[in-house]
Amino acid sequence: MKFKKLILASSIVATGLMTNLTYAAENIKVGVLHSLSGTMAISETTLKDTVLMMIADQNAKGGLLGKKLEAVVVDPASNWPLFAEKGRELLAKEKVDVIFGSWTSVSRKSVLPVLEELNGLMFYPVQYEGEESSQNVFYTGAAPNQQAIPAVDYLMNDIGAERWVLLGTDYVYPRTTNKILEAYLLSKGVEAKDIMINYTPFGHSDWQNIVADVKTFGSTGKKTAVVSTINGDANIPFYKELGNQGISAEDIPVMAFSVGEEELSGFDTTPLVGHLAAWNYFQSVRTEENDKFIKSWKKFIGDDERVTNDPMEATYIGFKMWVKAVEKAGTTDVDAVEQAMIGIAVPNLTGGIAVMNANHHLSKPVLIGEIQANGQFEVVWSTPDTVIGDAWSDFLPVSKDLISDWTAPVSCGNFNIKTAKCSGE
Amino acid sequence: MLRIFSLLVFSCMSWFALAENAPATESNTQFETLLAQLPSTKLSKMAPLVDKIAAQPSPQVPELLQHLMEGELYYLKAANELVYAQPNQQQTYDLTSVLKTEALAPVSIYALKKIRTNNRIRGQIRDLLANMYLSNSSPAVRLQAIKQLLDNPSKTGITSITRLIKTEQEKEIRELMSVVLLIEQLEKGQTAEKLAAISQLEGRLEPTVKNALVKELKKLSASQDLSISQDKSELHKALTRAIGQMEQDGDFYQLLDYLFFGLSMGSVLLLAAIGLTITFGVMGVINMAHGEMMMLGAYTTYVIQQTFPNLIEYSLLMAVPAAFLVSGLVGVLIERGVIRFLKGRPLETLLATFGISLILQQLVRTVFSPLNRQVEAPQWMSGSLEINPIFSLTYNRLYIIIFALMVFFSLLMILKKSSLGLHVRAVSQNRDMARALSIKSSWVDAITFGLGSGVAGIAGVALSQLTNVGPNLGQDYIIDSFLVVVFGGVGSLWGTLVAAMTLGTFNKFLEPSMGPVLANIIVLVGLVLFIQKRPKGLFPQKGRSAE
Amino acid sequence: MKNLLHSPGFKKLNSLHFVIAILFITTLYVTVCNLAFAPGSFFYVSNYTVSLLGKYLCYALLALAVDLVWGYCGILSLGHGAFFALGGYAMGMYLMRQIGDRGVYGNPDLPDFMVFLNWTELPWYWAGSDNVLFMVLLVFAGPGLLAYIFGTMAFRSRVSGVYLSIITQAMTYALMLSFFRNEMGFGGNNGLTDFKEIFGFSLQSPDTKLALFVATAVALAFGYAVSHFIVNSKMGRVVTAIRDAEDRVRFVGYKPQHYKVWIFVVSAMLAGLAGALYVPQVGMINPGEFSPLNSIEIVIWVAIGGRGTLYGAIIGAVVVSYAKTRFTAIMPEVWLFGLGGLFVLVTLLLPKGIAGLFASVLNKLDPPTQPANEPQAPSTTATTAAESKS
Repeated sequence: MKFKKLILASSIVATGLMTNLTYAAENIKVGVLHSLSGTMAISETTLKDTVLMMIADQNAKGGLLGKKLEAVVVDPASNWPLFAEKGRELLAKEKVDVIFGSWTSVSRKSVLPVLEELNGLMFYPVQYEGEESSQNVFYTGAAPNQQAIPAVDYLMNDIGAERWVLLGTDYVYPRTTNKILEAYLLSKGVEAKDIMINYTPFGHSDWQNIVADVKTFGSTGKKTAVVSTINGDANIPFYKELGNQGISAEDIPVMAFSVGEEELSGFDTTPLVGHLAAWNYFQSVRTEENDKFIKSWKKFIGDDERVTNDPMEATYIGFKMWVKAVEKAGTTDVDAVEQAMIGIAVPNLTGGIAVMNANHHLSKPVLIGEIQANGQFEVVWSTPDTVIGDAWSDFLPVSKDLISDWTAPVSCGNFNIKTAKCSGE
Repeated sequence: MLRIFSLLVFSCMSWFALAENAPATESNTQFETLLAQLPSTKLSKMAPLVDKIAAQPSPQVPELLQHLMEGELYYLKAANELVYAQPNQQQTYDLTSVLKTEALAPVSIYALKKIRTNNRIRGQIRDLLANMYLSNSSPAVRLQAIKQLLDNPSKTGITSITRLIKTEQEKEIRELMSVVLLIEQLEKGQTAEKLAAISQLEGRLEPTVKNALVKELKKLSASQDLSISQDKSELHKALTRAIGQMEQDGDFYQLLDYLFFGLSMGSVLLLAAIGLTITFGVMGVINMAHGEMMMLGAYTTYVIQQTFPNLIEYSLLMAVPAAFLVSGLVGVLIERGVIRFLKGRPLETLLATFGISLILQQLVRTVFSPLNRQVEAPQWMSGSLEINPIFSLTYNRLYIIIFALMVFFSLLMILKKSSLGLHVRAVSQNRDMARALSIKSSWVDAITFGLGSGVAGIAGVALSQLTNVGPNLGQDYIIDSFLVVVFGGVGSLWGTLVAAMTLGTFNKFLEPSMGPVLANIIVLVGLVLFIQKRPKGLFPQKGRSAE
Repeated sequence: MKNLLHSPGFKKLNSLHFVIAILFITTLYVTVCNLAFAPGSFFYVSNYTVSLLGKYLCYALLALAVDLVWGYCGILSLGHGAFFALGGYAMGMYLMRQIGDRGVYGNPDLPDFMVFLNWTELPWYWAGSDNVLFMVLLVFAGPGLLAYIFGTMAFRSRVSGVYLSIITQAMTYALMLSFFRNEMGFGGNNGLTDFKEIFGFSLQSPDTKLALFVATAVALAFGYAVSHFIVNSKMGRVVTAIRDAEDRVRFVGYKPQHYKVWIFVVSAMLAGLAGALYVPQVGMINPGEFSPLNSIEIVIWVAIGGRGTLYGAIIGAVVVSYAKTRFTAIMPEVWLFGLGGLFVLVTLLLPKGIAGLFASVLNKLDPPTQPANEPQAPSTTATTAAESKS
């Protein structure tokens, strides 16, 4: 009995000691709110490492405002309410100056009220459905008009697709994207019977029926293309089934919005060559910045096989912008940095310049790549210029009158241009 | 000449022998001029250029197109010439000149510029090549070519097929060629010819045939003078009948499809649940770490493939015993280290094994990183067995069905026929009596748990071919596994088999009309209701051992 | 069957008084220190701590509900998260309607996600959701009704043991999949979020948070009292007897299924109440709460705290939740080793949970006058009894 109590007591003491050690004075604290366990760890761990790399990089350059940057990493464990709790911990207890975090929309929605309550600042680095603009969040991933619409244009004009299968995981991002795309396709004269929409649950692994359906749908002689908003882990079984049922990219190309280098790195892509993805970044794009970034990433992570991907670039851009904004504002105070952020420009890794707009979304180029046998993408098309991220889609009746502008005099995330009112607050 | 070239290209022989220097004729210079345009042509302008190149008589054309399609055609900047490049072990590229014979030194990727294609151009090249390969000496190549053309009949050189069909020896190829010609006849011919074509096409299953028929029917309906002409109404009737027949066949094969899908899903469930039948069913341990045993099996497959990169074809065969050993050993360790202290408290095993499952997940996350690992599919697991043009069975699913049944029956044999099985059953039925008969019950427990875990490991090898190999692999299957075991009746191997197959088939037959989510919900609700009717599952254990 | 429950009355009353006293003192301390001291002071209890404690107490109430059915009636429910989530959704619907026209689309009648899905009117099952009384009713009625239907069916046909556990798991799994569907009208994967206020008080204000924390403490005390009286009533004795030997109880002339359904319903309602209090404090409810793994975790809290003691459930919930909070911050990369190890070690070293440790310490300090005071590891007796039935 004594022994047990001893263990218990000593573990409590040890816990207490470790809490106190985390406090260090005079550092600028950067919160990292990415899941390191649970279902999302597979994607989010990489972003945690990216932030750590950026921080190390910045410290090597002498820090920021003469202070060192210090990372505060917590694990919200892919548990959505825990994102709110951990966000609160970062802001209220650790007093971080900025947070880089979240992947899924629901986790962002979870932490959002906390950010607004405690006036925190968060950078969200993943492509998402739009329909949101918070003063406390900067969205450095793509909005639907920076990914979906150009991708469909490409399929229509360059591939000649006439029939459309919209496959997605059943959650808000695919629902929104497909809604926007459906409206867009109908407006382009595609008939409703030439559009098939199908939703599957998270982590769906048995794709036999659906792939067979797609095959049948695509065998009517009209060129058929699949637009996939299938999320995360469900992709690999889907592509395997495609390969095994003999659907090649030349028969029915699949355009994915959630499949990047990292998703493909766990997978032999030979049967997938030619399938497509639309992103704002591909590792294969050769520019000086990108080469440098890839090199330092491989060095930081200590693995030559590791790849880079679009959300990493979004994290990179977000971090660089934040550093510039802090330097410009001369402080890490959230309100000052928030205003300083607007208009900040940072070179993209794929060339060109990313600019933070007044709606807290970026201007970025859109690239379309084909999957190669080595798991990389080869760019086959890109927008001639950068595209401004649109927080509120023009193709949805509910939001076409809404705009977001966080500069005076509007200073509103959902401003209705018809009624000239900030409809939310 | 063409035949030889095509054969060589298709059978992936070395490229070196091919760079034969043809005499510099006029056509050859034209060929070279076209080639010279390749590096500077934009993707959008590529299609006409490729057509022009394909029309060249030069014997290098098929090989060139083949390489272009496969993305191996590069422009060597320094020498201003086109080369075929392949990556080698030293991170550089081995080169073969397209036009010249002299050998080239390997260069880094930076010295090269890829001649880019996209889906559309590759499709175009594939059709062009198929037309060329129709006269190939290898029947397999010819068959592949005609199948490719059949998917896309508008791209087909009808005249060449009309010519080739006369000399074609293979029955199957001849038949497919005639289908192409019949479709042509259906589209362009007079009414009588159309009727003849329809009667000959009846009973075929190819979607292309159906599309042609439907198109013809639409054309006919659009012309609106149905009542006037006798043969038009006859044509209409014939078309409707033929399409109806095709649809009927289609429905029949679709049912077969669903059945296959259902059985294949069932066998995955069977594999996932069968180890649990032993640890949970026979020993009464609520083994929440069961999924992680499968995960370990899948990672073992990965490690085997990493260790023997040259033996991918055999890696799965090696992985089966290895995964059995790894998961089995971990199972024995868990039994010895934790579970044996929980004798008589089976519900608490839930708590301990849940803790173990967390530890194992984190362990692979720490050792192998949280990212998914790449487990390759051997050649024989890829692709599908084509029974007819609209019904084919994917090899991986087919093998997994067979594999699941093999595992099932071997386990059945072990438990029913071997002395180990006898001991296992004895201990599970009456521990004290078994001990009294000098059976080492603690040893039997460890072996039983090891056996159940080992079988889970084997299941992991199969799952590595279907899904992601990552730390969450086990979690995705644990709930289903428990449901299957309970539905079948705890402790009954046959029950597990029937339960898994029933659940899989139900799911797959419901899915087309309900969608995957609703199908799953309905199956779950049905299961809950079923348990009310039969509180001990499909095959309840009888006698004293019954819980 | 000698165990803690059968010990003299004063000891048990002590446990109720003890728990309520601790809750009262904690609440008082937290409230006073949160309000009276300035941030930075040694005595100050931060708003962050208040919201964290509020969440823990919700979990404690949930664990209490599970202990009531598992510890005292031998029903191992692996689906109690479903009742929790249903209570949460009932509250969430109310909070959703309180947003009014402050949603992003500014629609006064429809929640944002419905506007977005092009719904033109509220579905019938949302009727009345803006009414406080109706919400309170729904918090209890929703989980209660589900428990009643499910329990009646299951206990009438004498589904027991692991079969029962697994179908409760199937139930919560099916509910999770259903709530994930956007067509269900509960916000799909995102669930219900973006709440603004409760009963007219801003959810962002620290005072509201403190009030919610106090309310949760009161609810926990209430739940504890209810559970305590149930297990010490005559009925509670029957229930315990059912746990230990259902067949004998039946032969004596009782109808075990009635007792089981009744206690299952009470437990579900307590879980629903916990869920309803949880939602305004964490600011969202989504189908993830239905996840079978969550329900397993609840059972683990109870096992760690000590099953069949009521107060053990509270200890377990708080200790594990606190461990999770600390571990995910101190060692975010490897905390699962810690948590997993904790589960394994507690099972091995503390078979009666933390409550059992307390009891044995108490016994050492103050040797019992009656051997009956020694807890009998109810799990052992219950499961062997359950396993031996045919």
